[in-house]
Amino acid sequence: MEEEDAAADPYLPYDGGGDTIPLQEIPRRGSNYAMSNGGGAASSTTHLLDFLEEPIPGVGTYDDFHTIDWVREKCKDRERHRKINSKKKESAWEFTKSLYDAWSGWLVVTLTGLASGALAGLIDIAADWMNDLKEGVCLSAMWFNHEQCCWTSNETTFAERDKCPQWKSWAELILGQAEGPGSYIMNYFMYIYWALSFAFLAVCLVKVFAPYACGSGIPEIKTILSGFIIRGYLGKWTLMIKTITLVLAVASGLSLGKEGPLVHVACCCGNIFSYLFPKYSKNEAKKREVLSAASAAGVSVAFGAPIGGVLFSLEEVSYYFPLKTLWRSFFAALVAAFVLRSINPFGNSRLVLFYVEYHTPWYLFELIPFILLGVFGGLWGAFFIRANIAWCRRRKSTRFGKYPVLEVILVAAITAVVAFPNPYTRQNTSELIKELFTDCGPLESSQLCQYRSQMNGSTAYTDNPNQPAEPGVYSAMWQLCLALIFKIIMTIFTFGLKVPSGLFIPSMAIGAIAGRIVGIAMEQLAYYHHDWFLFKEWCEVGADCITPGLYAMVGAAACLGGVTRMTVSLVVIVFELTGGLEYIVPLMAAVMTSKWVGDAFGREGIYEAHIRLNGYPFLDAKEEFTHTTLARDVMRPRNSDPPLAVLTQDDLTVEELQAVINETSYNGFPVIVSKESQRLVGFALRRDITIAIENARRKQEGIMLNSRVYFTQHAPTLPADSPRPLKLRSILDMSPFTVTDHTPMEIVVDIFRKLGLRQCLVTHNGNMLGIITKKNILEHLEELKQHTEPLATSWYYHKKRYPSSHGSDGRPRSRVHHVQLIRSFQDGWGGGGCSEEEEEEEEVCLLKGSNL
Amino acid sequence: WTSDTSFKTELLGLYGLLICYNSEDIRCKCICPPYRDVEGQIYKQNVSLKDCNCLHVVEPMPVDGKDVEAYCLRCECKYEERSSGTIKVTIIIYLSILGLLLLYMVYLTMVEPMLKRRLFGHSQLIQSDDDVVGDQQPFANAHNVLSRSHSRPNMLNKVEHAQQRWRRQVQEQRKSVFDRHVVLS
Repeated sequence: MEEEDAAADPYLPYDGGGDTIPLQEIPRRGSNYAMSNGGGAASSTTHLLDFLEEPIPGVGTYDDFHTIDWVREKCKDRERHRKINSKKKESAWEFTKSLYDAWSGWLVVTLTGLASGALAGLIDIAADWMNDLKEGVCLSAMWFNHEQCCWTSNETTFAERDKCPQWKSWAELILGQAEGPGSYIMNYFMYIYWALSFAFLAVCLVKVFAPYACGSGIPEIKTILSGFIIRGYLGKWTLMIKTITLVLAVASGLSLGKEGPLVHVACCCGNIFSYLFPKYSKNEAKKREVLSAASAAGVSVAFGAPIGGVLFSLEEVSYYFPLKTLWRSFFAALVAAFVLRSINPFGNSRLVLFYVEYHTPWYLFELIPFILLGVFGGLWGAFFIRANIAWCRRRKSTRFGKYPVLEVILVAAITAVVAFPNPYTRQNTSELIKELFTDCGPLESSQLCQYRSQMNGSTAYTDNPNQPAEPGVYSAMWQLCLALIFKIIMTIFTFGLKVPSGLFIPSMAIGAIAGRIVGIAMEQLAYYHHDWFLFKEWCEVGADCITPGLYAMVGAAACLGGVTRMTVSLVVIVFELTGGLEYIVPLMAAVMTSKWVGDAFGREGIYEAHIRLNGYPFLDAKEEFTHTTLARDVMRPRNSDPPLAVLTQDDLTVEELQAVINETSYNGFPVIVSKESQRLVGFALRRDITIAIENARRKQEGIMLNSRVYFTQHAPTLPADSPRPLKLRSILDMSPFTVTDHTPMEIVVDIFRKLGLRQCLVTHNGNMLGIITKKNILEHLEELKQHTEPLATSWYYHKKRYPSSHGSDGRPRSRVHHVQLIRSFQDGWGGGGCSEEEEEEEEVCLLKGSNL
Repeated sequence: WTSDTSFKTELLGLYGLLICYNSEDIRCKCICPPYRDVEGQIYKQNVSLKDCNCLHVVEPMPVDGKDVEAYCLRCECKYEERSSGTIKVTIIIYLSILGLLLLYMVYLTMVEPMLKRRLFGHSQLIQSDDDVVGDQQPFANAHNVLSRSHSRPNMLNKVEHAQQRWRRQVQEQRKSVFDRHVVLS
């Protein structure tokens, strides 16, 4: 074997010209390759990397803002698993270790569930308390919020349920009077004061300790789950600051919710706990399985909907979701919901504030208003995405984005000033949703339920909730309309502020307001026109016919669906909120309509839109690729570009290699047999090369600048006086993905999506021709989106664009022009200015995005 | 509902040990809507779950004997429990963390630069800033990775080192979020 391998050198002079390979030489070459690839016939396993050597610390890790290679990570995991399995029978200790390894997946999701449940409980309790702090304090026990303060008080009355002597508003404390214009102004002032100080504290903490804690986090988590690395995004400080500032942000009364950030918080927990288990801490692909489960736990505690959480993880955030992850997500969601339920943050034995129970049926004709609500939801979603993206783009590109603290303060001030006079915007958004969802019964005393018969003390309550409206309801209606407009405008400006801000609650509030308005209108219509044929059939006089609370719920689901474009998970989440199976059909109708209407105006949901705005390397699995371009149209180098930077397998020196790395910014280099035979050997990552060289300098004796670097199994024959060569085979990926230059892009895109590739090499007749990276594909998709040419002209189109790369007979012209070796080595770096086109990663993409 | 309460007393997650149940933490709340000439009322009593019904809780009964049944039919009684200890502990934990963070923030943004300026003068400050920025060499990164796994300094150095690294990270994050607007905008 050694002789055979040493005989690799004789192949070097061979020109490797694709079309002219002597036929009889092919088998010999093939056998030679098999030997050098597998590291000898003895190990028949599919080693990707050479594990026989001592591993270099740090190899196989990734830099910040880079994409992971799913294939490589999965192979690494399989290799590790195989190793543990083979050792299992050696001793009891090894057996225990293998058991621990097998169970660590369940352990880590259990821990994640526990932590995210506990943190959600903390956030819920603290946010409620702080929110009520704007209004007043509980004198008997400072740590109680308004509701808890009056929990045992017997002084509460039927009409004014939330008043009790223990709870003091700020005006009562400062001025000593509870009524009158003076106290109103005092309360107004204190409300604004607290709102501003909470917002200021939140944005300062975010800015000083963890800038990554801002925003909702779901777009970034989607990107991370698809294989991107953002260092520190799921770290300890981000977790702590996000938890703390989320409470402040919610309490400041800004139009935002805590549901999206809770997903981020849960993912931070998952990431932190995965460091306890080497199976997950050392493997980025496995870590993402834990993160998928964690995001399910996050939604589970945010909405009290464990199954909805799992479906959310599957439908919205996850990229790679095998069945094993599904079960683990399910378990994590269960544990998290269980913990939150035992903390019982709201004192109602439920996981969310706005849990409702309906038992009234709905009628077929009500589908029309439900579908109308769906249309509204879709329109709102499309409008919101456009407006918010436009505003965020402005923030990103103009000087305006330089003042994040000022912006937060300004938005908080406007919100507080406008919100206070209107009781529906003054209260906590979750409470508003609860009030809107709750149906009017005899037990309700809210303004929304002030129907005439109830107000008349003389008439007893009749069993008919469909009553003529009372002035209370009319004033509630216009207050709701104002609240709707206010929420719509403020939410656009709030989402994207540099504080933790979720989108679910404000969207749901907007939908619930609209739904409730429609519901009350329908109810009044049914009351005054009960002889219409529609109502005559279904609503007899005196029968319970229309449930405005249900309309609010459907509206909330429709608006959330319009913004996020979720379908199944959304319906399940709302279904779990209400616990009524009979409302599935209205919810489905509304959510589906809202998705259709929203998609008519733009196919992407708010999270995808933000991903695109930030230029994250996210390859959406939902979009279809329908163009007929070929791999060679997307491949780099382009015709006008300098040639591809490649390494040869055994005739570079350390100095030359360092020079290549210093001169280029590419993240990986194809390794070929030799300059003459440009056959592909493997692929080496820049980070690994740098680490390996640095490591060799420290540990191995005799590595000089002019040491030869080789990627082959055995050292090349060298002159006697030359320094010791450096073997880099262990960092060489010997099974890089390759496609031929004529592969249709549909297939290439599919390969990238399904396997989660980071780069793919393009060969022609077995010779190295170019490279396609994820970024190239994203650029290509973007380009195609810009000018969607008719499919039929595509061939002509690329022919026209790359006229010089193909002859008139359709044959590619000589390969030599595509791939050139780095001549400058021989010229002593005389032509150092020539930069070789090769893989440039997302960082560039990100930077480019910032210039928008 | 019964199972709910029993599992709840057993399981209080994080706070289990800290809290003993308070008699104030259970209530039976009955909401009675207006009936004839009786106004709507809310009754709260500290009774156990099995006694949580209108007959036990509504005291004094506002109507005569024969109307009691009709009145009670309209009332809705709900047994609720909370854990005031959990709330108290949570709020205290939250406020103490918030307070510590605020103190640390004030220290980092105001006190420390002032101390540094007083101790080392202006030039040092600028230089240390440069150190952070100049870390862009391709091989410096590899250097970092390798040195992280090798050096084993004593405890104090370690803390210092960790703090420095954290600071550099935060600075990097701040740059990418607030200045370059690369992520999260």
